[in-house]
Amino acid sequence: MSTEISHHKTLSESIPRKPRIATTSLCGCFGCHMSLLDIDERILQLAEIVDFDRSPITDIKHCGPCDVGLIEGGVCNAENVHVLREFRANCKTLVALGACAINGGLPAARNTIDVGECLAEAYCTPAIAIENPGIPNDRELPLLLDKVRPVNEIVRIDYFLPGCPPSGDAIWQFVSALVTRRIPRLSYALIKYD
Amino acid sequence: MHEKERAPTPEQAARHAITRYHHDPSCLVQILHDVQDALGWLPPPALTAIAETLGISRAHVEGVAGFYSFFHLEPVGQYRIFFSDNITDRMLGAPKLMAMMCRILNVEPGHRSADGAVTVGTTSCTGMCDQGPALLVNGFPVTRLTQERIREICNLIAARAPVKEWPKEFFLVENNIQRSDQLLKFRLDPGSALKAAVAKGRDGLLAEIHQSNLRGRGGAGFTTATKWEAAKKAPGPERFVVCNADEGEPGTFKDRVLLTSYADHVIEGMTLCAYAIGAQRGFIYLRYEYRYLVPHLEAVLRQRRTLGLLGKNILRQADFDFDVEIRLGAGAYVCGEETALIESLEGKRGTPRIRPPFPVTCGYMGKPTVVNNVETLAKTCLVLAESADEFAATGTPQSSGTKLLSISGDCARPGIYEYPFGIGIAQILEDCGASNVQAVQVGGASGTCLAPYEFHRRIAFENVSTAGSFMIFGINRDMFEVARNFVHFFAHESCGFCTPCRVGTSLLKNLMDKMHNNKGANYDLSEIERLTDILKTSSHCGLGLSAGNPVITTMSKFTDVYVKRLQPFEFEPEFDLDKALARARQITHRDDTEAHFQDEREILS
Ligand SMILES: Cc1cc2nc3c(=O)[nH]c(=O)nc-3n(C[C@H](O)[C@H](O)[C@H](O)COP(=O)(O)O)c2cc1C
Ligand code: SF4
Ligand code: SF4
Repeated sequence: MSTEISHHKTLSESIPRKPRIATTSLCGCFGCHMSLLDIDERILQLAEIVDFDRSPITDIKHCGPCDVGLIEGGVCNAENVHVLREFRANCKTLVALGACAINGGLPAARNTIDVGECLAEAYCTPAIAIENPGIPNDRELPLLLDKVRPVNEIVRIDYFLPGCPPSGDAIWQFVSALVTRRIPRLSYALIKYD
Repeated sequence: MHEKERAPTPEQAARHAITRYHHDPSCLVQILHDVQDALGWLPPPALTAIAETLGISRAHVEGVAGFYSFFHLEPVGQYRIFFSDNITDRMLGAPKLMAMMCRILNVEPGHRSADGAVTVGTTSCTGMCDQGPALLVNGFPVTRLTQERIREICNLIAARAPVKEWPKEFFLVENNIQRSDQLLKFRLDPGSALKAAVAKGRDGLLAEIHQSNLRGRGGAGFTTATKWEAAKKAPGPERFVVCNADEGEPGTFKDRVLLTSYADHVIEGMTLCAYAIGAQRGFIYLRYEYRYLVPHLEAVLRQRRTLGLLGKNILRQADFDFDVEIRLGAGAYVCGEETALIESLEGKRGTPRIRPPFPVTCGYMGKPTVVNNVETLAKTCLVLAESADEFAATGTPQSSGTKLLSISGDCARPGIYEYPFGIGIAQILEDCGASNVQAVQVGGASGTCLAPYEFHRRIAFENVSTAGSFMIFGINRDMFEVARNFVHFFAHESCGFCTPCRVGTSLLKNLMDKMHNNKGANYDLSEIERLTDILKTSSHCGLGLSAGNPVITTMSKFTDVYVKRLQPFEFEPEFDLDKALARARQITHRDDTEAHFQDEREILS
């Protein structure tokens, strides 16, 4: 069983330097980030005890040295790989957040289909009226990988937090333990889904 | 088998099979066998016809057909060849022989040749480890494969010779009994054990079995008398006896020998159980790989009916009716697990049930059912025809009697060895002519791997427990590859019902393959440990619970073979990232720098 953190005073007291957190959504739906916001007013506590680095919350574009990185979503294209590598290179502890990051999730449903067929279906099917049908090939667009991969098939991952999405409570317990350098443990209720 | 006969239509085949099994949906697996025999495979119209005629859903029929390895939902060759893929077959050169056959016949492994004549693939252990490498052709085992024999087989296929006209010596399966003790020396006069039982009465029989302290030989070692008593006491008018002849544990083949030369013992054992618990029907659930034994078993059953040892009023007892039917499996290791076996007997997918309730109260068709291993049943005759005290005096106090071991791998004399329980590993190795032994895998893929410092240990339920598999590995064998073979076996045989095992065994397989391909690093080792832990703590049945064993035991005892494969960096993807973009590059006609990856390993600092 995990210990609940009740007073943020004790939290801030126990931390000499503010830990830095970075977060990103790769091939995810932002649901895991919504869940992060679901910790409600505790987000203020969190903001007090940590600094946010690269994250959709801060809009910082590149990740600097961090203590904790949270990765939502699997890896479906070249850009995802670059971002993930940047996080791995900069974060002491890297966490796969949610089902997509851990398993590839729903986007991985395309893994049994040829990526060319997928794109043709989306961009060249006459039935769904598209102007100028054709597969986009602008250099600005990251290329798709042949398969959607879980993050731990691309880089080493230190922790996996399951759930689609993990609940706000689970994220809070997990992250607050990590930033206070305790081993994160989640009670059964927080990771039981059926 | 049916190569030259004109094939019936799918509908005719379905109707014919269903009539044979009296429109009984619980015989679905048998019906599918019959239809496939007639058509060569199970085409969609046949599945539809079966569903409609039996009045069950099409999805159920396809779900069942899709579950078992030996049912083919895609067209297969007129000759269906499956090489046994157990580690012992591999050590005897099976992969090379298979590659050679594929080359000669110009066919891709796992696929059908362009002319539709032949399909070549692999299958889990076929139980011929002492006379491998082995294959199955249209369900019949061919043993002792050599390059020459492969060439001959290819010639026969090229000439389109029906399998039943192939040389008899191809199909020779030897018993290879190397050491006989109590059971294998015991010649049963059919009916004699039964007569002794009837003289003692039902309670007397149960008391004898109790006295003998006989424990199940199928793996778990449950006390046989307790099982029988529970079934006898369970409420309800109908009871069943099931002989578990699924023998799917890699490296085990002792049940095959018993069914070949001691079938009377086994069936008399079933009849004893029927008498004790008051059962009227029994089943022998025979693995598909032993299908060639069906005519022999049918003959023994017929003879026993003639002798009044099966059927109505057995031994002229007013309330003693019992008969036995043979039910064929279709290639699923998990169906050796007793509740999965019962599901299969009921015409379903072999998904293990939640226990309790146990089969003794709620088994076949929800009725009290005793499931016993072939060897356990044969031994009950010994207890009755000889004496329970003598039986109990053999072996060790907790493990009475003898145990049949199926010995294969690196030794001079593989085959069947019967020893009293308590026999030391070192003695066994000496007897079968094994020297320079690096390891012994006892109990099959799900069992334990013993290193030389443990060879003083003994075979017994309380020490090294085994259902009979005993595979020997000489010093030149790579124990990592042994574990990898077992992991592949489990990934293939996982029934898919629960996620820890369905996903876990596949992930474990991928990680072992990654190590094999020299891409594994420290991180992968800890992932392997994590997965084996999940399998062990979260799986629904024994298959998943033990699927990590070969890795756990070899990792702790033969750490070197893992460590020497580790790469000096922390992590590297198992696949080539740049190649993963190749298809997208092709579709978009791009080749700019953004369309490629640079190599970026995480180097250990
Ligand atoms: C995955 C799995 C496979 C099994 N395979 C067999 C088998 O092939 N033959 C067998 O007799 N028991 C097998 N068992 C054990 C059976 O569930 C059951 O315990 C046994 O048939 C009971 O008979 P016994 O009491 O005579 O040993 C298997 C168990 C598991 C979990
Ligand atoms: S795990 Fe669920 S919530 Fe999170 S990104 Fe995937 S789909 Fe969205
Ligand atoms: S552990 Fe494996 S074989 Fe057993 S029920 Fe689960 S998926 Fe099926």
